[in-house]
Amino acid sequence: MHDTAHVQVGPHVPKTFIGKYIFSLDHKVIGRQYYDLALVAVLVGMFLSWLMRIHLGFPSFAIPGLHLLSQNGAPGNVMTPEYYLQLMTMHGTIMVFFVLTTAPFAAFGNFFLPIQVGAEDMPFPHFNMMSFWVTFTGFLFLVASFFVGDGPTLGGWTQYAPLSAAGSVTGPGQGLGVVLWATSIAFFCIGQLLGSLNFITTTLDMRTKGMSLWRMPLTVWAWFITSVMGLTAFAVLMPACILLILDHVAGTSFFVASNLVINDQLQPHSGGSTLLWQHLFWFFGHPEVYIAIVPAMGIVSHILPTAIRRPLLSHRVLVYSMSALAALSYMVYGHHMFVSGMNPISSIAFSFPTLIITIPATIVVLVWLGSLYGSRIRLTTPCLFAIGMISTFITGGVSGFFLAQPSLDIMLHATYFVVGHFHFVMAVSALFGIFAGTYFWFPKMYGRMMNETLGKIHFWLTFVGVYCIFMPFHYLGLAANVRRYQAFVDDYTQPLLPVHKFITVAALCTGAVQFIFLYNLIHSRFWGKPAPDNPWEGTSLEWSTATPPPLDNFGGTLPVVYHDPYQYGIEGSTGDYVMQTSPEKIQTQHDEA
Amino acid sequence: MATTVHEPPRNIENLDPSRLKNTGNGGGWRNLVPEADNLHSVQAYAPPPSSTAIWVVVAAISMTFAALTSALIVRRGGAVDWRHFTLPSILYVNTLVLLLSSVTLEIARRRVAAFMRGPKSGQENPARWLNATLALGLFFLAGQYLAWRQLSAQGLYLATNPSSSFFYVFTAAHGLHLLGGLAGLMRVIHKLNRRTLRRTTLDATARYWHFMDILWVYLLLLLWMKL
Repeated sequence: MHDTAHVQVGPHVPKTFIGKYIFSLDHKVIGRQYYDLALVAVLVGMFLSWLMRIHLGFPSFAIPGLHLLSQNGAPGNVMTPEYYLQLMTMHGTIMVFFVLTTAPFAAFGNFFLPIQVGAEDMPFPHFNMMSFWVTFTGFLFLVASFFVGDGPTLGGWTQYAPLSAAGSVTGPGQGLGVVLWATSIAFFCIGQLLGSLNFITTTLDMRTKGMSLWRMPLTVWAWFITSVMGLTAFAVLMPACILLILDHVAGTSFFVASNLVINDQLQPHSGGSTLLWQHLFWFFGHPEVYIAIVPAMGIVSHILPTAIRRPLLSHRVLVYSMSALAALSYMVYGHHMFVSGMNPISSIAFSFPTLIITIPATIVVLVWLGSLYGSRIRLTTPCLFAIGMISTFITGGVSGFFLAQPSLDIMLHATYFVVGHFHFVMAVSALFGIFAGTYFWFPKMYGRMMNETLGKIHFWLTFVGVYCIFMPFHYLGLAANVRRYQAFVDDYTQPLLPVHKFITVAALCTGAVQFIFLYNLIHSRFWGKPAPDNPWEGTSLEWSTATPPPLDNFGGTLPVVYHDPYQYGIEGSTGDYVMQTSPEKIQTQHDEA
Repeated sequence: MATTVHEPPRNIENLDPSRLKNTGNGGGWRNLVPEADNLHSVQAYAPPPSSTAIWVVVAAISMTFAALTSALIVRRGGAVDWRHFTLPSILYVNTLVLLLSSVTLEIARRRVAAFMRGPKSGQENPARWLNATLALGLFFLAGQYLAWRQLSAQGLYLATNPSSSFFYVFTAAHGLHLLGGLAGLMRVIHKLNRRTLRRTTLDATARYWHFMDILWVYLLLLLWMKL
């Protein structure tokens, strides 16, 4: 076969500005685009949380200019209960999809997965480009819902039926808002499916000479496992969104039960299954939690060895544990539905794997802690955030033990206890992973160092801040403070209002601290100290190429890999470490029993 | 240097040499410093990405249809409003057309290899078999459209009943995915005419097409049993 005729070898060099920076096929540019998208999204999401927190702490406080955002939602600059729910929904959706999935998985994964396995690009660069732009379009759909009709949907990021499917009769934003939401998420799913396709094929087929599966850094393992989860989870959410859209625009009855009366109006739908949406959603929704956290686990596991200058206790155990988390994540989704009226036997069936999934999670944490024990740590900013992530993951994980049991969950499910739990274990932990990855890889991504002093100030204030915000949530939950309410002015919640005020002040301060990070990020991008090729004395392939990496990642010749990724704490020609590409023989090999 | 925390040096020479040759896990015996000519190249024997990719695509599409199938089963169970209807008989003709397209594609795939060996092989351009596949694919889609027309003539629309909703959703979803297969076939024909076709591209497209075939047979059985 004339296999090679007219087949272009090597990357295509873009010539125009558009080809270089906008519709780029280069995985590194696409990774940076994803990062910038996540940055915009997180600012929007944080701004929404500020508005919500101000209203929760000071229910009658008029937020100057709020009516500009929504005339109907905030008459006199005080938000209506409906508008609070709309903001809450958008906060959750933006944060879960466009920040916690986009940044640690799509952004860092795109930039570093091909480099870390020694490939010059992903195998399907056009799909990769589409993946970003489809995701971006999804984001536009979501943001557009602020400005059309009666605003965004108020159904929560989980969009439970029948509220989500019955149309505008159920409240502002429940007509067009839901359609835009579901369209946005369907687009997002397509984007992540295309991304997962590239991640999986890069990992399996594009590894360079000597890069066996066990020589892949833990970040690559994490992204690979995540993309397998993404492939199966997003492929389920997308048809669910399409069915939801059909219930709206085509008058089908997938999710709306018969004889349903809402606002004194009999709904035209018949016989739909409200639980069906929950099943479809949570079959995606629980793996999604791991899609957010597993890349952060990979990042932390990748950064810690550079800080403690020795490998983690076990490379393989971490890989097996992350794989176990992924596999079990499909068997536990029902624990989100303990209060849905599900058969109690099902509750027990879902509770059991939920308790089992804590075992691999605990093993991951123990490997980290055991590796840290007795080590001399280089306390750089990325390392601080990595340790911070371990802390928040443990804190959030411990409350999970309580919630895994149906009998306790039924009491706690609708309270702030759950809000505290998932913000710690998923949101803040993944965010700390993002911060750690940013400080760690920024030099490679932009060729300049970030400011360490500002980074450390950012870490300590954020670390204290998130505990001030989310620890009291657990207390509120135990005091039966229900969640999803827009204000707590009723008799039994009144005594808890001071706690809400404290949380609000903490959230405003911690949010303000993030502008230190933003300043550091932007300032360092242009005026930071030029970065050396290997600032953290790391061993994996991204540190053996130039800073920033050339278009084909390695400047013409692909690297050859001779070692496991974390050869630290041994005599090497370069210091106390041996790079993966170094052909020198190592006398002291790290191996696992 | 904190060398003391690690295992003592390992005597490489004492290892069983037969184990050194064992490259089963994709990169060889880990941790050994390989000889210059003993480096296990992943790329040397890794499957071409398009071949892996097509299995990844198959997995994702299978998940999508599994989700829709479970939705159908859940929605149907205990529903009082479910009305059964007979599938339009043209669907069985469509099924034969689609199965036939897989056969023509396989014929094309066998002949392409001989054709690409060069003009001396005396093979005529197998593009006509690919064109036949393309045409059969279009026939299938047209037939599906006729089936929709037949249903709507009976007054069964998307929103009429959950059973008809699922019928339209399943056939539309399958048709959309088949359009992707048609685009792939057109790309293959274009590349074949320009003599730039890679075997892996053709194989991947063929695999996708056969998968569409199997998926349709599955859907037909599902719809036949459940609607």
